[in-house]
Amino acid sequence: MKKRIIVIGGGVAGMQTALRLAEQGAAVLLVEKESELGGKLRHWHVLFPSFTPASEVLTELRRRINASDIEVLTGAEAVALAPKSVTLRDGRELACDSVVLCSGFTLFDASIKEEYGYGIYDNVFTSVDLERMFREGRVAKADGTRPRRIAFLHCVGSRDEKVCQQHCSKVCCITGVKQAMEIKRLFPEADVFNFYMDIRMFGPGYEEMYREAQQRYNIHFVRGRISEASPTIDGRVQIKAEDTLTGRPLRMSVDMLILLVGMRSNDDLAALAASAGLDRAPSGFMKPRDLFLDNVRSNVGGIFYAGAVSAPKSIGETLNEGIAAADAAARYAGL
Amino acid sequence: MKRSSWTDYQKQIADDRYYYGRSCIRQNFFPGSEKAFIDILQRDLGRDLLDDPKHSSCTGIGYHSDIVPLETIMTVVARQFSLMNEAGYENFVTSCITSFGVYTEVLATWAEFPETEERTRENLLKATGREFRKPASLAHTSDVMFHFRDRIAAQAKRRLVNVATGEPLRVVEHIGCHYAKIFPKSGIGGSEFPYVLAGMVESWGGECVDYPERRHCCGFGFRNYLVQANRGYSIANSHKKLESMAPYKPDFIVANCPGCAMFLDKWQYAIAEMEGTTYGENGHGIPVLTYEEMAGLVLGYDPWELGMQMHQVDVEPLLDKMGVEYDPAAKYLGRNGKYIGKPASAVVNCGSADTVYDIRE
Amino acid sequence: MAINFGYTISKPRAINLDRNNLRRSDEILHEMPELQTCIGCGACTAVCTAGNLTEFNFRKVHTLVRRGEYQGAYEEMNKCMLCGKCRLVCPRGINTRGVVLLIKRKLGDL
Repeated sequence: MKKRIIVIGGGVAGMQTALRLAEQGAAVLLVEKESELGGKLRHWHVLFPSFTPASEVLTELRRRINASDIEVLTGAEAVALAPKSVTLRDGRELACDSVVLCSGFTLFDASIKEEYGYGIYDNVFTSVDLERMFREGRVAKADGTRPRRIAFLHCVGSRDEKVCQQHCSKVCCITGVKQAMEIKRLFPEADVFNFYMDIRMFGPGYEEMYREAQQRYNIHFVRGRISEASPTIDGRVQIKAEDTLTGRPLRMSVDMLILLVGMRSNDDLAALAASAGLDRAPSGFMKPRDLFLDNVRSNVGGIFYAGAVSAPKSIGETLNEGIAAADAAARYAGL
Repeated sequence: MKRSSWTDYQKQIADDRYYYGRSCIRQNFFPGSEKAFIDILQRDLGRDLLDDPKHSSCTGIGYHSDIVPLETIMTVVARQFSLMNEAGYENFVTSCITSFGVYTEVLATWAEFPETEERTRENLLKATGREFRKPASLAHTSDVMFHFRDRIAAQAKRRLVNVATGEPLRVVEHIGCHYAKIFPKSGIGGSEFPYVLAGMVESWGGECVDYPERRHCCGFGFRNYLVQANRGYSIANSHKKLESMAPYKPDFIVANCPGCAMFLDKWQYAIAEMEGTTYGENGHGIPVLTYEEMAGLVLGYDPWELGMQMHQVDVEPLLDKMGVEYDPAAKYLGRNGKYIGKPASAVVNCGSADTVYDIRE
Repeated sequence: MAINFGYTISKPRAINLDRNNLRRSDEILHEMPELQTCIGCGACTAVCTAGNLTEFNFRKVHTLVRRGEYQGAYEEMNKCMLCGKCRLVCPRGINTRGVVLLIKRKLGDL
């Protein structure tokens, strides 16, 4: 009798976890609430720092899943869990030998930062909107014309007490650098400004990429948080910030304002955590038992975490965690 | 403008039985406005509103000028509540934005630090022998006007429409900083996209203009303009706003704050005299209205009865656009037909600069 | 005949990138793109011989120049003693002395 392990969430974390579990000889059930696997990566164009197409990663993961005997259940949402069972929204209770929670994160809703007018001003976009435009192969202002001046704003919905998101979303800095470079490749004559509070280049090759963005792409980095965006008479966006390195207020109008939205914890984590007695961090994400030796284990035996369900993470880190969580879950189930 | 977010801010506004708190400065600068509010509420809308002569200044001007301490202003606020209790009312409405900010701040402080409320109760009892209950609801008078905007629209005699073209009038709405920038939840629409004036404008046929410096402060700031030498940066704020709104060719400005309405009106005079710049049509200034004046015009009130002759920027171009009939000869006749005097010619009203008294001479 | 009210309208302090002419700034960055890599650490100003005795702040002046704020930059750069210590400490390897000379050359005729 094979050990049955349920993986909740069919994004990158869940797919990698399921693949590793299958390798270890488990009977894997991969539960995804959307109608297909892939999670948020489906909406991404290319990945930092190498500009690897997201589809390349996703296609390979899908191919491996298809080639495996992993059972995939789409359109199924887990509403409660325990080490030996998962309850779905339709009332079905699925028995198992351990559970890996890979339900990822929620993108910060930029309209909550009302001062930036997202959803109100036509030329205010999020990093996700821009990524969609890159995928569709057409980046343009709302009226269809070429942008000549673009501003990126870092930390929208991150490190911000006003919206109850005090954590750093980690990947937005490098995403801002990556997207600014992509914009420059598309519109070499455009002026691109990145407004940041701190630039956090934590990964391999990131700092080099940041430097390249500055030196080779002539992207302007201004240390200062944009305080408000408003419309100009010609449909552009006026922004105000402090150029903190000169100690002067700074204002300018731009054709497009891109808000680098952060990662926040899923709303349903509270209920999931309550159902199983799981601890959550102050940020709302799930809290691993220990940050060093037990970072994929929850405080409840038999429930494990991989990916952004426990904190904002990059794709690479998430893929690594999938393997670590799968190994821990397999060992727990007695494989 | 796609202002959808305002509905996220729900605020309870009482429907009747108001205790009215007046502003210190409005009766000087816009003397008809508070009267118009009372008349509209009582006569047009049939509401019970008490204009109590016993209430005092909230001392907000002193508070924001670092003269009145927090404990004192809390005690003064408590006294107003006590007067309201005594009169048998529980819905406090205040005509001044800074008073509204003060009351909101005091109530929030009492909620957050109950010991300050206890101390206030002791202070009030010692000073006046009074006790008080907190109001069931607190609103700014523009909230109340917003609350009745559809009823006013139904009773409208005129609309915010250019009678010559049939086009909606273009309106700049300016919200006092203390309305919602201190406590965003206390204002209709929050602090970034307040809807309190925009809602009135839209209900009455006008159209709001969103311009780059819409959210910028008028520069009033109390102690900052009280000293003459400091007025340069105070006026620079209104200047910045006027420069920013002018390309949109607004037909008028409406404000819900005593200081803002005064500043946006009077600074246009000062800027015109100092630099020769005017921001409205044909070399005129842009008329600045209070929301009571705007409501009064919509309900068919006579502009001179609304006190609009007291504006620095002449309102006649706007009255003509709206098709308001008025007697030019009656402009400077006050109550009982008594002549109230006439201002000197001013650049902002296309008067010749030569006729202006030059204080350097 | 303007009236004197005893005050004037204060001029905005903000750097206005809609109004500033960035042509010279672009030229400077074109000649020395490494200047864009400044991360504002302030090591140059910390060791600056002139900056310890005068208001001279190399980091601030070149940042202002990059924003198109040229006023006074030439005079400020004249305070540099060209000792070269700033170049030794710059973690980004910017040729800071070269920046001083370049800015002086580009803005000298303003």
